Amino acid sequence: MPRNAKTIFNRRAKEAWFLTMPALLMLFGVAGWPLFRTFFYSFTDAALDTPDEYSLVGLTNYLGWVDGEAIGVLADPLWWRSVVNTLSFAAVSVTCELILGMAVALLMHQSLRGRGLIRTAVLIPWAIPTIVSAKMWGWMFHDQYGVVNDILSRLGLIDHPVAWIAEPFLSMCAVVIADVWKTTPFMALLLLAALQTIPTSLYEAARVDGASAWTRFWHITIPLIRPAMIVALIFRAMDALRVFDLIYVLTSNSEATISVSGYARDQLVGYQKMGTGSAASVLVFLMVTMVAACFLYFNRIAAGSGEK
Amino acid sequence: MKIKALATAALFALLAGTSSEAATIKLECFASSGGKAFCNYVKERFERETGNTLETVEFPTSSDERLSLFQQIFASKDGSVVDVFNIDIVWLGLLDKHLADLTDNFKDLEPKIFPAAWQNNVVNGRLKGIPELVDAGVMYYRTDLLEKYGEKPPATWGDMARIAKRIQDSERAAGNTKINGLVFQGKAYEGLTCDALEWVAAYNGGTFVDADGKITVNNPKAAKALDVAASWVGTISPQGVLGYTEEEARAVFQNGDAVFMRNWPYAYLLTQDDTSPVKGKVGIMPLPKGGEDGQNAATLGGWQWGVSNYSQNKNEAFKLVRILVSEEAQKKAFMLMGQSPTLMSLYSDPEILAKSPTLTQMKTVFDSAIARPSTPTKRQFPAVSKAIFNAAYDVLSKRTDGTQAVADLEGKLKRLKGAEWK
Amino acid sequence: MAITPRAEKIALRTALYIGAALTGVVCVFPFYNAVLTSLRTGQDLFLPRYLPTAFSLDNYVYALGEAGIGRSLLNSVIVAVLTVGLCLVVSITASFALARIRFAGSKTILFVVLCVSMFPQVAVLSGMFELIRFLGLYDHLGALVVSYATFSLPFTIWVLTTFMRTIPTEIEEAAIVDGASIAVIIRSVFLPILGPSLVTTGLLAFIGAWNEFMFALTFVISPSNRTVPVGIAFLQGASQYELPWGSFMAASVAATIPIVVLVLIFQKRIVSGLTQGAVKE
Repeated sequence: MPRNAKTIFNRRAKEAWFLTMPALLMLFGVAGWPLFRTFFYSFTDAALDTPDEYSLVGLTNYLGWVDGEAIGVLADPLWWRSVVNTLSFAAVSVTCELILGMAVALLMHQSLRGRGLIRTAVLIPWAIPTIVSAKMWGWMFHDQYGVVNDILSRLGLIDHPVAWIAEPFLSMCAVVIADVWKTTPFMALLLLAALQTIPTSLYEAARVDGASAWTRFWHITIPLIRPAMIVALIFRAMDALRVFDLIYVLTSNSEATISVSGYARDQLVGYQKMGTGSAASVLVFLMVTMVAACFLYFNRIAAGSGEK
Repeated sequence: MKIKALATAALFALLAGTSSEAATIKLECFASSGGKAFCNYVKERFERETGNTLETVEFPTSSDERLSLFQQIFASKDGSVVDVFNIDIVWLGLLDKHLADLTDNFKDLEPKIFPAAWQNNVVNGRLKGIPELVDAGVMYYRTDLLEKYGEKPPATWGDMARIAKRIQDSERAAGNTKINGLVFQGKAYEGLTCDALEWVAAYNGGTFVDADGKITVNNPKAAKALDVAASWVGTISPQGVLGYTEEEARAVFQNGDAVFMRNWPYAYLLTQDDTSPVKGKVGIMPLPKGGEDGQNAATLGGWQWGVSNYSQNKNEAFKLVRILVSEEAQKKAFMLMGQSPTLMSLYSDPEILAKSPTLTQMKTVFDSAIARPSTPTKRQFPAVSKAIFNAAYDVLSKRTDGTQAVADLEGKLKRLKGAEWK
Repeated sequence: MAITPRAEKIALRTALYIGAALTGVVCVFPFYNAVLTSLRTGQDLFLPRYLPTAFSLDNYVYALGEAGIGRSLLNSVIVAVLTVGLCLVVSITASFALARIRFAGSKTILFVVLCVSMFPQVAVLSGMFELIRFLGLYDHLGALVVSYATFSLPFTIWVLTTFMRTIPTEIEEAAIVDGASIAVIIRSVFLPILGPSLVTTGLLAFIGAWNEFMFALTFVISPSNRTVPVGIAFLQGASQYELPWGSFMAASVAATIPIVVLVLIFQKRIVSGLTQGAVKE
């Protein structure tokens, strides 16, 4: 019997590798080269438009010393500025998206009349191409004719036009607002799909036991959708940490709002420094990996405590 | 009959084939309807005159996206994607090694083309692009408002600020609360580098980096120019001007909510649209001087024709460029797309003047226009420009003052330059 | 006593409807604004107006016809459909293995898969450009299908794996005892239960492929092969500074409507038939 079980286990493992093979082949075949290339060029001094002329420069693109002065991405104050910008942007917008997305998902989960319309309406922001919605929000934030100022002043909340795009703090707020508007549907849809998997019988039982709506939400809904929520959070966080086009269109990558991806883009495309740009990209990669690993770690801790 | 005709055609084809190989040349076209009509004209003429075939390709409108696409294509050294294309005036130094040398084939054109535009395209002594259209910053003003208050178009920036303030305050007191004195491009992007260059040059403060690559920005005149511009923000210009590009500024001016506007010539026709509230009330003038001893400085913009260094048919591509910069073609481009010609002779052409009476005024602006320091700073220009507009932005938003900003900018530019611009 | 819970229920329902209405307005308003703008011309384009002021289809005629957005829409449909198809087939099998079979290396695979979507897109661009040319796919829609399908794999694999894990093992065991092969198990046991999550993932991947810009701009050069976002970026005014706002908005509306139709068709399947509406009854 144990031997038999072992063969089955082995056969199943083989099947598993067989089943994952197409995905792995695609990932390695297509994404492998660009990723390897980025790592490689981060140790060279190549230019973007002449990638075949390079020499190896070791870690200088990350951090190095020339005549006693520190050079490289890690010695650039603007890099650290962009790290702070990106982390705060990601933290604020992903938190807002989680809360709003949860609210919207719960709403869509109800049996309301016109539900179909709400589900469709909610997806519209996600459906509009980013290059369009960024420009659209740019005009909605125009200080003189923008809809945002117009509505705020009609509601009596402001008495003179707010210069949204002009001030560093406000322009960051504008970016967050536009991002939350655009990506909450993504979160809501994934959470809704997770809500679908909860058997109704659990709620019935809890209701019979006299549990309040809040208790049911906190002790049944959240633990059961946690795996899907974590996945949604990881993918949203990864996207938010790599945010680029929204900021680029709204504030043209000004120093006050530049993100790490924007920094990498400036180095690569703007200044054609493939070495520095690749090094910055690798650092973005490390940053995103760490954040994703944290999520997974906390998920496992939560899962462990949940089981006990 | 039919067979005979075919045989003749085949013979001609054979002869054409032996004398000069018929080639296919790819030309970049602007995607607008005028642009397509222009390309059809060029195609017809090129194919008739040279016996080659012309195909057209399109690149995106936005400068950043074009540049990033060009870099990918050039990195692959592929000559089959495009032969002749449009280059932004600031990319000559950046794209230098991917551009064919035009010096020997086109040096006869030098006396006919605006000198500032021509000089901008000479990199390390070699001509890398032929000016295709010129553009330069101009001042728009409301003729009706200036007349109402008995003011003349201002000669200096100081004069401008005084008039703007007077009209703005009186109009606001009379109930026109949305009116502003001046709008310009104050967002931290390339357009602010253009505006800042105009202010600094108007006060005789130089061009940040001179034609020999020397960093000249750290001088009191440049500092003063930036301080003067900063004094407008929040007084005659709305705070929001720090988020404006060309179109945001045009929206305000065209809606009748600004007395003055700094913009490019393109805005003129749009302000004269039938739906425009300021139709017939708009005047155009050179940008003011920085005080009595200053100069009228306009930043030079525009596009150049360039030939890819990887083109397999450079000689045929040169023939195409010849056609593109001919008087006839430039006139067509003006009629179809409103592009200001680079050939000075066309500014006395009666047909052109009939279509756009403001063009004679524009000629004086183009004559004295100043190029951004893109050619001397070579591949560093994008970083140089970024440093310039960030410095100007910091002064405009009052996070620093002119003196401090030009000193810091000098330091930044020195670090970018290193031993020499490359 | 009998009234209070009922009044409470009515109040709750009212609050829900108000919330739904508010959500709908916030989500749709910018799109509504875009529709209004696309029907206007001239100076009207830039002013905040909340009701239709004009009804001119000029912008649509220009955008869909002359500017070639109509053709781009077709390309986008082809690319997005093929992307989603390829992506779902590959990720369903992989997710099944990762979720239902215990084998050494499954955790590593999941994390490695995730790593693919951790680089900034701009860094991947040059390498992808070289690869696409190496594969001979330059200027083909296939270049977009391959790259989109690959870069949406991490997302689809992770989401489907997570959802497959929530399905009770008893269902699968019964099928194994009956001697069903893996293909049969996936097809007749998992796909029906996974309906809503499959539709959701497919929809999100579809929209992702529909809206992608940088790859589409770089890997395709012929106007006849452009996708919608690139087509929009090619809309041009009379000069490089002028933003053709009216036709830009018309093209954007035209780009969004197919997605809206798609969601209208599939919205019922986003929620499963079993639990639909049963929670608060």
